[in-house]
Amino acid sequence: MTPRILEVRKGVLKKNDELAAELRARFRAAGVFTVNLVSSPGAGKTLLLERTLAALADEGARPAALVGDPETDNDARRLARSGVPVRQIQTHGVCHLEAAMVGNNLAQWDLAGFDYLFIENVGNLVCTTSYDLGEALRVVFLAVTEGEDKPLKYPGLFNSADAAVVSKCDLAAACEFDRDAARTNLHAVRPGLPILETSGKTGTGMSEWLAYLRDRRRAFLESGKAW
Amino acid sequence: MHELSIARNVVEIATEALRDAGGGTVSVVRVRVGVLAGVAPEALTFCYEIAIRGTPLEGSQLLVEVAPVVLHCPTCDRDAQPPDICHLECPVCGTATADVRGGRELEVESIEVI
Ligand SMILES: Nc1nc2c(ncn2[C@@H]2O[C@H](COP(=O)(O)OP(=O)(O)O)[C@@H](O)[C@H]2O)c(=O)[nH]1
Ligand SMILES: [Mg+2]
Ligand SMILES: [Zn+2]
Repeated sequence: MTPRILEVRKGVLKKNDELAAELRARFRAAGVFTVNLVSSPGAGKTLLLERTLAALADEGARPAALVGDPETDNDARRLARSGVPVRQIQTHGVCHLEAAMVGNNLAQWDLAGFDYLFIENVGNLVCTTSYDLGEALRVVFLAVTEGEDKPLKYPGLFNSADAAVVSKCDLAAACEFDRDAARTNLHAVRPGLPILETSGKTGTGMSEWLAYLRDRRRAFLESGKAW
Repeated sequence: MHELSIARNVVEIATEALRDAGGGTVSVVRVRVGVLAGVAPEALTFCYEIAIRGTPLEGSQLLVEVAPVVLHCPTCDRDAQPPDICHLECPVCGTATADVRGGRELEVESIEVI
């Protein structure tokens, strides 16, 4: 008997995409600019975020953070030192955040009370690629200790990013980090990608990073007026 | 490794399609996976074997069609495939562009029912 071929044409991550679209609409309505931070483990997301939350709070902005971690709540405790609202998402071994996990952890938070919501994703350069969290901005980290060719090894994630942070710049000389090669590789997989160079340790590049966030938030709010 | 959860989603979607079609035996499930989607076809195929155990899809085969990167070149004003996934530029005029029109797919295309 010849088989019948039935067209399905459905997105495998349709449910996640739908939830992410709902979240995006909620963030939009509340005027909260949401940033998804992705990288390999240990690239420096938490340290830079710690400084970022403190600096934004200092200038009178109202940031908040969600942090995904497979098992511990160490990162959330580190971030909570900045005094801004922080919540841990324990993924229980899952290697990426999904829109549902974000949604579940927003309960009892009044989003309208935030200007920025940072979501520190689980350290993973593959699995985080296809999961939309409803963010307005996806930032991928590349630590100078990781080698310049990371973008070529993980083009999917780097391509999906809206900006790149080259982190741990204080270690660049010690690692013989080839800055031009890194920039070339980032732009090979994502032409035009804005690149910020930072050190969470010394604070180098913080003012450019903060200025970038402010600009993007302003553009986000402006674009919302057209809705 | 998130291919197991991806495989479970594939099984769920294919099972629904089978039910909508009034049942039968599924021989083949076709999925389309873009090279930028962050899913490894071999890992997905491996996980599929695990995910179908004890489901109506047991015994079926997963066929993965890999979708290439397709860019829209702003200079030539047409779609084209870059020379490779790590050099997103127009193969005709060399313009680098981030206007990706294909390569992120992650879709269940069809099922074959006997
Ligand atoms: N030298 C240096 N070390 C850093 C920097 N950022 C993070 N680290 C260290 O790298 C390790 C991982 O950093 P963390 O922020 O937890 O990375 P995450 O896993 O991406 O959140 C920690 O030991 C940090 O102290 C940096 O800019 N310079
Ligand atoms: Mg961290
Ligand atoms: Zn062209």
